[in-house]
Amino acid sequence: MTLKTSIALACILFVAGCSAAPGAWGWYVIDPRTTSGYNNIRFLLNGFGATILLSLIAASLSMVIGLLVALPGMSSNRWLRYPSRIYIEFIRAIPLLPMLFWVFYGLPVVLKSIGISVSIDAFWGAIITLAISDSAFTAEIYRAGIQSINKGQTEAAKTVGLNYAQTMRYVVMPQAIKRILPPLANQFIYIVKMSAFASVIGMQELTRRANELVVTEYRPLEIYSLLILEYLVLVLIISFFVRWLERKMGSDESK
Amino acid sequence: MSNKSKAIEIHALNKWYGSYQALKDINLTVDHGERIVVCGPSGSGKSTLIRCVNSLEVHDSGQIIVDEIEMKDDESIHEIRSEVGMVFQQFNLFPHLTILQNLTLGPIKARGMSKVDAEERAMRYLERVRIPDQAHKKPSELSGGQQQRVAIARSLCMEPKIMLFDEPTSALDPEMISEVLDVIVDLAEDGMTMICVTHEMGFARRAADRMIFMDHGEIIETGKPEEFFEAPKSERCRKFLSQILQH
Repeated sequence: MTLKTSIALACILFVAGCSAAPGAWGWYVIDPRTTSGYNNIRFLLNGFGATILLSLIAASLSMVIGLLVALPGMSSNRWLRYPSRIYIEFIRAIPLLPMLFWVFYGLPVVLKSIGISVSIDAFWGAIITLAISDSAFTAEIYRAGIQSINKGQTEAAKTVGLNYAQTMRYVVMPQAIKRILPPLANQFIYIVKMSAFASVIGMQELTRRANELVVTEYRPLEIYSLLILEYLVLVLIISFFVRWLERKMGSDESK
Repeated sequence: MSNKSKAIEIHALNKWYGSYQALKDINLTVDHGERIVVCGPSGSGKSTLIRCVNSLEVHDSGQIIVDEIEMKDDESIHEIRSEVGMVFQQFNLFPHLTILQNLTLGPIKARGMSKVDAEERAMRYLERVRIPDQAHKKPSELSGGQQQRVAIARSLCMEPKIMLFDEPTSALDPEMISEVLDVIVDLAEDGMTMICVTHEMGFARRAADRMIFMDHGEIIETGKPEEFFEAPKSERCRKFLSQILQH
């Protein structure tokens, strides 16, 4: 399915490129047989490292923050529940790009005004923004997964003497994880794609490098086509890995 | 044990769900070794009452004392829960664990028992409920009756002084009811203190020392089984018994 879609997509791009300017099809810009083309490709592919690292760290942080936000959000105590709700509603309402600008340009000023003098570079600015922005969604994923576990399970755990942490660890989470994992993986794919926004604050990842090359070579169609292909390959690999993980953990309840 | 010590003392217990009063001024004392059967129409508050005893439901006013521990804070609730076992209508076994792991989870994690001791104890109770051969299966591989017997064994592994049964046979197919009731009668004959919410009146006659009839959140009538079944005092109780005993 995904393979067929990608082939179809490649065909459409190729045809569209040919018809736009007859005779001006410029794959030379990333032709590995020429020195400049080879160097251009290397320049573009070198963005993978930053994109992957950025996504991995941001997703890991988001998973931790999301859990820390989700757990009090399910408390019967309103003073634990309300802050969690407010955090989720507030963070979810902020678009990624404005938040990125705010963290990168605004947060250091805020920190400096309270006596903390740190500079936030593009890498960490992007990670903080992606992690926080995404954590509201991961928190909701945890909540949905945990609340889908029958209340009788926690009651039974209480009657055999388990405390809250033990109940979560030994009874609720092992059952909930199978329902949490697929949407969490979806969310990871979302982070990989959103990491492209880091390009606007100068992070040297896939999109930034493509943009820079377009400026010097003026070949947007070819370079952006390759850029899309890069993300496609990355996401397909993640999808494949997630399927494997789901099978291994028995998440697939259909069989 | 002194005569004064009671297994459970409940004084002036009230419980609301929003504006609906689920329990109205409940007073009840249970002696050590006493077997009580609670019956009444659905929505009468009988499940709510026994769920208050181990604080699965939080009461709004009144006093609950279990084995001389007064329920007031998290610590006392934890102590009380370690004295009280509970069996649910829906079994509530842990589906991701084997039968043996279901039985040893509490003793190992909550009591700090060694795995060997906990498994030895688990096998003893599995034998008691007559299914030691199922120890390494998952709950979903067992019949309803077997699952409920595992749930009873799981409670017994915590060696409670009091057992609460919340309609233990209501979710079972008819042919599996007696295998579960036999296990409970067995426990009763061994002197376990128990409160059982059930509509199984044959079981009540066999096992109960005292019957309690509830309606609309109140205890309407209480008495020894023979008097209770032969000559119910209140009109509501008479009507209820005629409805459930006619078939």
